[in-house]
Order: sequence, then structure tokens, then C-alpha cells
Amino acid sequence: MSDTTREQPMTPPKLLRRLDPAISTAFACIILLLVIGSFYSTSFLSPEYLLQQLKVASFLGVIATGMMIVILLGQIDLSVPWSVAVGGMMACAAAAYGPAGEILAIPFGILCGMVIGLANGIGVAYLRIPSMIITLATNAVAQGLMVVYTGGFSPQDSATSAMRYLATGFLLPGVPNAVLIWAIVGAAAVFVLTRTTFGRSVYGIGNRERAAYLSGINTRRIVLIAFVVSGALSAFGGVLLAGYASKAAQSMGDTYLLPSIAAVVLGGTSILGGRGSYLGTVAGVILITLLQSILSVMQMPEAGRQIIYGVVIIAMLLLYGRSPANR
Amino acid sequence: MSEWRYGLNEQRGTLMAVGIFLVMFVIYVSNHPAGLTANVVQTASNKGVLLAFVAMAQTLVVITAGIDLSVGMIFILTNALASWLVLGTPLETAFGVFAVLATGLACGALNGLIVIYGRLQPIVATIATGAVFFGIALLLRPFPGGSVNEDLADMMTGRIFGVIPSSLVALVAIVLLIWVPFSRSVLGRAAYASGSSEVAAYMSGVPIRRAKFMAYTLSGLLASIGGLFLTFFTYTGEAALASGNAYTLFSIASVVLGGVSLFGGKGSAIGAIFGALAFRTIGDLLFVFDFDPLWQPLFQGVVLLVAVSLGAFGLFRVRNRLEWFG
Repeated sequence: MSDTTREQPMTPPKLLRRLDPAISTAFACIILLLVIGSFYSTSFLSPEYLLQQLKVASFLGVIATGMMIVILLGQIDLSVPWSVAVGGMMACAAAAYGPAGEILAIPFGILCGMVIGLANGIGVAYLRIPSMIITLATNAVAQGLMVVYTGGFSPQDSATSAMRYLATGFLLPGVPNAVLIWAIVGAAAVFVLTRTTFGRSVYGIGNRERAAYLSGINTRRIVLIAFVVSGALSAFGGVLLAGYASKAAQSMGDTYLLPSIAAVVLGGTSILGGRGSYLGTVAGVILITLLQSILSVMQMPEAGRQIIYGVVIIAMLLLYGRSPANR
Repeated sequence: MSEWRYGLNEQRGTLMAVGIFLVMFVIYVSNHPAGLTANVVQTASNKGVLLAFVAMAQTLVVITAGIDLSVGMIFILTNALASWLVLGTPLETAFGVFAVLATGLACGALNGLIVIYGRLQPIVATIATGAVFFGIALLLRPFPGGSVNEDLADMMTGRIFGVIPSSLVALVAIVLLIWVPFSRSVLGRAAYASGSSEVAAYMSGVPIRRAKFMAYTLSGLLASIGGLFLTFFTYTGEAALASGNAYTLFSIASVVLGGVSLFGGKGSAIGAIFGALAFRTIGDLLFVFDFDPLWQPLFQGVVLLVAVSLGAFGLFRVRNRLEWFG
């Protein structure tokens, strides 16, 4: 994580000045959660536990990265649940086809996610369908395809050893591979968003697509690419999750839609687009993961978790996510 | 343009929905092994009416250029609540029905408060309140169960004079009691105005906030009527996440099929009702043609995808490319 923060070459006073109140609130909440957790159980602050949390967070982190790029455009991607499931299930399905399938499993899973993203992108960018509608529709189609594919039963194929290694192995001693992958994805996202024309265009379109178009940006292509990237990252998250659980499941993505939106929005990215930094998303992802962890340590039933999620998101949004009063 | 042609143009979306429904229903009935009997109509109407109520709920919000992704969850929550309360003596049952409707009203009002006075984006705000509503439903019914006053349930799902499905009568009654007065009131017109151009509506001194609040609140009420009917049909309450999500999704599909513009300001709940009935009939077509039920989710997804893509035809009329970015 620290390498993503170090990416931004800023001197401390400038950093303080530019630090979004939302991001500092999110980090303050993380510290608060850790303090509360340490009262509850002494092992809460142990390095093993924190590393374990970071590993769990990295799956959400990869998925939230794609969601963030789409939200920066002022759009939303509600096809995350089945993009994740399609990624995991198709990677496992490819693995059943001999050695070539083993090698192609991960790219094939991601490719399927990109196809969903492509459908979303064409709908939003070229057909001008509101993103929340078209992504709901592609989500339903992806679900339908997977139901037909599995025949309604839970999928039987299991993950390849490469997928398991990516999700649970250790390339560097002490650092889980999943965390490493999130760091790479995050560093790439920071680079693309702050150092490339694509990134600047994303912010520009999010602020005002009409102005971006008039200043010569091919806005439709940028929007299309952003949705494809989001689909690919969701599917990649699904591949990692399938590797973590060593098999895919039909509902594996359902628990990632709300947290991924929440992580992005809690990190100070404006839901209207055009404003937000990746550091905030990192904070949001860790915040959500810690919240989930504390609730499960407290043995909160599913009902309570859902209520607390909803309330926390609305409360945080009311704190700093409100639209301007006069329109 | 003469006046009747103008009126016809205004109702084009609704008429299209009626047309799609009629065509689909004729195909459905003519291929149904039993043909057009009172029983077939009763089953079709009972299934369609549930979605029709949720679609009406969605319409009210969509007209104000918002969206309510929690309608499915209000539907599930009130179903779970009704399986506890709508029981016992007629007086207790009446109290239960009242409490369920009040809960729906309160859920809608909460959405309205957060979206309008909290100034949050309706998508995120209603996803979050939806999670809260589902959590409460899960608290009420961790496992499927409960029961309902069966006399009332049979009355609401049966037939009047052996011919007319009473659920359909209830739907018409609700339209007359809620939709017609609302759409003809000052607040209803204000809801349309704020959906079609909020700035213009604001400048003309239209009560935007009260209109939107009313729309969200009534939307909650309509979703709870749907939840009540779900309890009448199933005799139980169940906090099913998949079912709540499906109803939210289908309500959007129905609204689109019903000619209600997702950008707000255009369309009517009547159109959405026919959209819902048409969507249900399309889903059931698979059964009369003996398809594997496994294909149903895919088929409904494709119908939804095609329905939302139809709106893109408006792009061909655009002369100035800048209008793409509306």
C-alpha cells in the first residue's frame, strides 16, 4: 500500500493542503476501528492479523479500482456481481480443458469480464443508455448465461494451481501475493490516472463531458475503454477469489457490489464524477474490510451487518458526499 | 397538430406498452394448453399484479428523474412484516394491513428525506437504504415462515363472480386511489416538471422538494402494497435477497417497456403497469413453448437489454452531436 502513497511526489505542506477532508476522515475512521478492535481482542493489532486483513482487502481493492475509474467518469457499474462470478467461473471452466486450458485459464476469465465491460461501454458511450440501466441489464444477461452454463447447479470445476498461487502464495517472504497484486494494480491505476492523457481525459469527462468533447477528446472511446477496464478488473477479482476459495461459486460476486461502491465513495471520490484520488479508494477499501472484520469478530448476524453497512454509508455520504445546494 | 393527435403523441409510450402486452398475451393464451379460461387469466393476473405494483412504485420516482433501487427491498421487507402482522381477527388483520402500509410509507419517506433534504445521489442512497431494509427483513424473518389471514388472502387472490380476478380489481382500485389523484394534483405536475427540467421548474416557483418527497413516499407505499400481495399469494414471509434484487431489476425493465423516460418527466404509471404485465407474459412465453426453465433468467435479461437499447433510436434524430451529452 505504502508504495501507492509514495507514488505522488508531494512535499509535506503541499500534501497537507491537498489532503481531501474525506480521505483524512476515512483514515481517522480506520484508526478508530483499530482502537475499538484492540479493546475487543488483543490480537487485533498483531501483524499477522493486519496482514490477513490486507490480504482480504486486496480482492475488494482490485474490484474497487475498476469501479473507481467508472465512477470518476460520472457513471456507475452495477454489473460487478456477475462480472466477478463470470471471471471466476470461466477461469475455472477453462482449467478443465487440459494443459492449454490451465495456462489460458486466467486470461480467459479476464477476457470474459472484458466482454461484459465492452457491452456496457458500447451501451453507455455509443448508445447513450444510462449506465446504471445498461449495467443492470448486462448483469442480468451474464447471470442468465451462467445459469444456463452450469445447469443451475454449483460449478464443479476447480481453480488452477496458478490461480491458487496468485491468491494465497508468497512471492516475497511475508507479503501475500494478493497484496502484491493489489499494489501493482493500484500503482498502475495511480500512474494511468495522474500521468497519462487517458487519466486526464477521465477526469475531464467526469467534470463535463461536453467540454471534454469540444476540447478534442474522443470521449466515447475513453468511456468505452474505462468500462472494459472495469469489467476486466472485476473478472480478475473473481479469478483471485476463485483461487482463494480454490473454486468458483454462483453468488461469489453478490457481496462485492455495495462494498466496492462504498469503498470508492467513502474515499472521497465524487459520485458525480471528476473528483477523487486513488489514495482515498485505498482508505475506503481498508475501512470497509476492517468494518466487515470487526462485525464478524463480534459475531454480528448477516441482518445486522447489512443494516450497519447501509447506515455507515449514508452517514459518511451525508458528512461529505452532498451535492451543492443551488443548482 | 390537431388536439387529438397531440394527445395521442403524448400517450404514445403507454399505447405502445398496451400494444406489446396485447400481442404477447394473445400469443401466450393461444399457445397455452388450456386456452383462455378464467383460471389462466387469474394466474397470469396474480403474477403480473405483483410486478405491476412495484413498477408503479418505480415510475413515481423515475418521473422525477430519480431512481429507486430499494423498491425490491421495501417489497421484501413488507412481505416479511405482513407474515407477522396480517393475522387473527378481522380487527387485528386490518391493523396489520395498516401497519404494513405505514411501514412502506415510512421507508419511502426515508428515501425521500435522504435524497432530497440530504442531497445525496438517488442511486447510491437507495442502494444503501435497500441494504438497511433488507437487513430489517432478515431480522424479521431469518428463515422463511409465518402465515397470513387466509380468508383475506383467498379473497384477494380469487375471482369475483367467478370471472374477474380480484387482484386485477385491486390494481385498478389502487390506480384510481393513488395514481390518478397524484398525477392530476399540483404536486404531481410539479413532479413531472422537476423531472423534465429541474432548473426551469425551480425558476417557475414549482414546489420541487415537496413533489419529489411525495413521489418517493408514495413509491414506498406502492411497494408495500406489492409486498402485501406477495404475502397473500405465498401465505408466507421470506427475506430473499435474490427475489428483492430481481423485482428491482424487473421494475426498471417494466418502466422502460412502459414508455416511461428514465431521464424523467415523461410517461405514466398506466404505461408501467402494462409494461410489467407484458414483461411477465414474455417471461411466461417460455413455459408455453416448453423451453427449459433454466433459460428464463437469460431470456429475461435479453428482453431487458433489448428494451433499454430501444431508447437509443432517439440518437438518429439528433442533429447536433453536442446533444449526445445532454
